[in-house]
Amino acid sequence: MQFGIFTVSDVTTDPTDGSTPTEGERIKNIVTIAKKAEEVGLDVFALGEHHNPPFVSSSPTTTLAYIAAQTEKLILSTSTTLITTNDPVKIAEDYAMLQHLSDGRADLMMGRGNTGPVYPWFGKDIREGIPLAIENYSLLHKLWREEFVNWEGKFRTPLQGFQSTPRPLDGVPPFVWHGSIRSPEIAEQAAFYGDGFFANNIFWPKEHYMRLVSYYRQRFEHYGHGTAAQAIVGLGGQAFMRSNSQAAKTEFRPYFDNAPVYGHGPSMEDFTEQTPLAVGSPQEVIDKYAGMREHFGDYQRQLFLMDHAGLPLKTVLEQLDILGEEVVPVLRKEFATNRPADVPDAPTHASLVAKRDAALAATAV
Amino acid sequence: MPDVKMIAVITAGLSQPSSTRLLADRLTEATVNDLRERGIEAEVRVVELRDLAQDVTNNLLTGFPSAKLDEAITAVTGADALIAVTPIFTTSYSGLFKSFIDILDPQSLTDLPVLLGATGGTDRHSLAIDYAMRPLFSYLHAVAVPTGVYAASADWGSGGDSASSTLPARIARAAAELAALAAVSDRSDQIVDPFALPEGFSPVGSFSAQ
Repeated sequence: MQFGIFTVSDVTTDPTDGSTPTEGERIKNIVTIAKKAEEVGLDVFALGEHHNPPFVSSSPTTTLAYIAAQTEKLILSTSTTLITTNDPVKIAEDYAMLQHLSDGRADLMMGRGNTGPVYPWFGKDIREGIPLAIENYSLLHKLWREEFVNWEGKFRTPLQGFQSTPRPLDGVPPFVWHGSIRSPEIAEQAAFYGDGFFANNIFWPKEHYMRLVSYYRQRFEHYGHGTAAQAIVGLGGQAFMRSNSQAAKTEFRPYFDNAPVYGHGPSMEDFTEQTPLAVGSPQEVIDKYAGMREHFGDYQRQLFLMDHAGLPLKTVLEQLDILGEEVVPVLRKEFATNRPADVPDAPTHASLVAKRDAALAATAV
Repeated sequence: MPDVKMIAVITAGLSQPSSTRLLADRLTEATVNDLRERGIEAEVRVVELRDLAQDVTNNLLTGFPSAKLDEAITAVTGADALIAVTPIFTTSYSGLFKSFIDILDPQSLTDLPVLLGATGGTDRHSLAIDYAMRPLFSYLHAVAVPTGVYAASADWGSGGDSASSTLPARIARAAAELAALAAVSDRSDQIVDPFALPEGFSPVGSFSAQ
């Protein structure tokens, strides 16, 4: 089981003192936060991709490579990579490059984005969002697995004998997750390829995602990648903790009330009841997340959103201390208890290389 | 098993007691009675939008309904027929009424028989049913019955005039039109698959990969 954090890279004014970090400060803070994640024993750091303020992360591989150079074990991932508006050829090259530079510590999560105008900005039509995600990923999948690609599709110029460079590290492509909040087509796509499915459930009630994850698991089995229980599932999460539960609520409330996405809407109490958001003592967060596998089955990756809504860097780093030292070690034990032996861990570069070598050895005999 | 038709009622009045609710109740009663004369029982679910105003706003902001609102949405979208009544504010349906419609899945009212009702202080706004409400439900592919019922304050105490029928007569005619469609509607028995993939969907796309 992997635990980590993901960020949307928003530059948001701190509602308690009116201060706003510069873009430069926010970018450096993101690097500091990622390094802290490794320091406190988390496994994954995932970075979003946006092309409009108030977000600063337009170029994830640059940032992730910079972080990779300053970390040893942390897996660098995305949340998400825009498979709709990026050229799949460039994704193939950028992430193969990151994979080499990070010694295999890179994977990525495909998404369609949540900002309509990004499509026209990159010359695409938002009404083609799903077909773009399907076709572009199909090409990306091929580019990483075939040396010379002949290809013709609807959305980009054809390729004849094209070889993307560099080739994936050790000939094994980075593992891919497909993120979705509501589209069964994307769950179907993830299941078809035997890729991971990440349900970013942080803003909506769990019942919706329980059905979506269950659908993906069934289709994963249908396509012959293993049993439904062996499908590769990731979930989002969100927490704010202090040793005293009431102190956590008091401190987080102004950030909640003014947050992008859900601010000025439901009360923090309603929202914590309806969504994965947990605000309280470390034990309350443990209790809420230990219960996730009862709703979604044993899963492989849990990412927390910890640094948005204008929370100051100092507070975020304190939160990561609590998460890494008090919450995640307990959750690791909880999730390991009674976990069936045939439920796999999240694929890593090492496990994918071993799997490929085992398959080659089997064919050689 | 006797066939029971599900009738949903949306009423968007803000005052209590509300003349919008009063009209909704008269339309509901007339529709239920008409169905009963056809030997059909009806089950009525009234959605008072005033009670859901906060939930509707939260849904606009967060993208998901509270449990209470979700139940109301399910009642409306899964009904055999709908009675929709709004006060006319500043020439059109009220903002609360439209906000509730805005949070529905745009496909979810397809083929739904609807009776359009509206209330206002004077009869000068009576055409709002036809220039505002009717296009809204046409866009949603609902089936609005030909007679819309507009009740101005004066209608509750008048015998009509030479150019129009009385309010009770308009209610009876509209209810009969809705009951005729509700009697043959099977929407409440339909099962909607939220994971149905579009026809012809392929996880690898439809282009020619060589």
